[in-house]
Amino acid sequence: MGSKNLKAIAVRGTNDIPVADIEGLREHCKELYEEMRHSPKTAKYRTLGTPANVLALNKAAALPTRNYQSATFEKAELVSGEYLNEHFIVKIQGCDACPMRCEHVAMIPDGPWKGTTARIPYEPLMAFGPYCGVDRLEGVIKAKELCDKYGLDAISTGIIIGFAMECFERGLIDEKDTGGLDLRFGNYEAMVAMVEKIAFRKDIGDLLAEGVKRASEKIGKGSEEFASHIKGVETTGYDLRGLKTCALGYAVSRRGADHQRHGSYGHDLSGEVDRFKVEKGRGKLVMDDEDIYCIFDAMILCKFSRRLWNYDRIARIYREVTGLPMTGEEMRKAGERISNLGRLYNIREGLTRKDDHLPPRVMKMPIPSGIAKGSYVSQEELDFLLDDYYATRGWTRDGVPTLEKLKDLGLEEYAYIVKPKLKK
Amino acid sequence: MSRTGFMFVAADPEKCVGCRICEYICSLEKSGTFNPLRSRIRVVRIYPDVNLSIACRLCEDAPCVKACPRDALAQSEETGIIIVDEDKCNGCGWCIEACDFGALMLDPDKKIVMVCDLCSHRSDKKPQCVEWCPEEALSLTNRVILAQKARVSAIEKLFKAKIETP
Repeated sequence: MGSKNLKAIAVRGTNDIPVADIEGLREHCKELYEEMRHSPKTAKYRTLGTPANVLALNKAAALPTRNYQSATFEKAELVSGEYLNEHFIVKIQGCDACPMRCEHVAMIPDGPWKGTTARIPYEPLMAFGPYCGVDRLEGVIKAKELCDKYGLDAISTGIIIGFAMECFERGLIDEKDTGGLDLRFGNYEAMVAMVEKIAFRKDIGDLLAEGVKRASEKIGKGSEEFASHIKGVETTGYDLRGLKTCALGYAVSRRGADHQRHGSYGHDLSGEVDRFKVEKGRGKLVMDDEDIYCIFDAMILCKFSRRLWNYDRIARIYREVTGLPMTGEEMRKAGERISNLGRLYNIREGLTRKDDHLPPRVMKMPIPSGIAKGSYVSQEELDFLLDDYYATRGWTRDGVPTLEKLKDLGLEEYAYIVKPKLKK
Repeated sequence: MSRTGFMFVAADPEKCVGCRICEYICSLEKSGTFNPLRSRIRVVRIYPDVNLSIACRLCEDAPCVKACPRDALAQSEETGIIIVDEDKCNGCGWCIEACDFGALMLDPDKKIVMVCDLCSHRSDKKPQCVEWCPEEALSLTNRVILAQKARVSAIEKLFKAKIETP
């Protein structure tokens, strides 16, 4: 799309969408809307929004800060959801047909960027805030606005700038590379200017536009050791060193470091499991999360409402809309099938167990301070977690779905992908 | 007609979040399908943060009625609802242009005009968009009520300090 100078394709349908059981669906929607509007299970999204995470994760020492140098940010208050809502949020809007409405619209009230407007969820806030050592929400909002306008992923853009800031402070790149920008952690003006340079591929922005993996390979000089990505996708707003269930979820994620593939940080942060430990059963937790997330995507359900759903309820709404038979168990199996298809795709493209990795810092540099001090994920721990996960999935130790598993899921037609890997 | 004017569906721009649930429920109520093109209430979102849904305002002396060259539109003297004579309407669209609010639209299949009738087909006479609006942004109201609301909020603003520290 980039080569065609094409940013997006908008499609608007005009046909009717008929529904099998109008009265049933109506009743169900009434129930759902009531819960979405009033249930404590959705309260976070309706009130402070996802930026409530800033202080919560800071307290848990799970807030990626200064390119993963730290898991706590001493200025977290200034970029917190509380501060954002008090000083910048002008409106909370809804997506199509959603009664929960979570979209927090922020506007800069004064100063040189007066009037700048952007929606601010947690992840971009983390990336342009703590991750770049920035304690000025004006910088975060401006950077997010530019990303939206240029069609850049705001998380990846923030993470790559955080990486470049560390390169700059270590002298791996200098002002000649940055076009005169003093690209130190916390310099929010330089950060905003760098977003522009990435969008227009100016100076080192040309290289940074390639993402943190390729940029670190080119810059070299040990920068690979602090390049934060999984399968080439930049990491997100959960410090994986002290969230070990979540770390497994990220490692096996079929499209790399993506916070939308499992949400397994929930088990770690709620205290349901010991987040500093690895043990049998974490594979099952991640697998179940992944499978139902596949169904959320397939059914176009919002993950912010995830705590209102289970397979039976999803099957119910499926029946109401389509009139086709469907059980919760069939739904679960469909989720498992999608997860396996994703795996098969990656295997066909040449990915192996080695690609289910974690960034070097997660595995080598313990969290330096805070309640999670000293925590990191060792190679032994990652191997233990992967073994448990693959076994739970019915895959080999190399992470390849077995022929029995494919048969179980009705995916025999893809046996040709796994057969060469199963021979030895 | 009551002396306080016709009742109609109005949205509070402070409360409307642009979710378009009103469009979906209107379409479902009127046609049994989900299709915003069939809705008689429409949401406008203007970047970055303006949202408002608009339905027929039941104007006194409605311009849409006057604009119709075929006398297909009439206004109920009792309720003010615009009544479309489906046999006379040929979808020419003069009424659509005449409406200052874009509150009339063409039925995508029948190609005749449709407009909010306050769910008058229902036995409970409750406009479903008002019932379903999750933000309570929509209300069945009239100009007398709206004017009083405006007065109250103006006075509240003027005497803010006094109200907060009695």
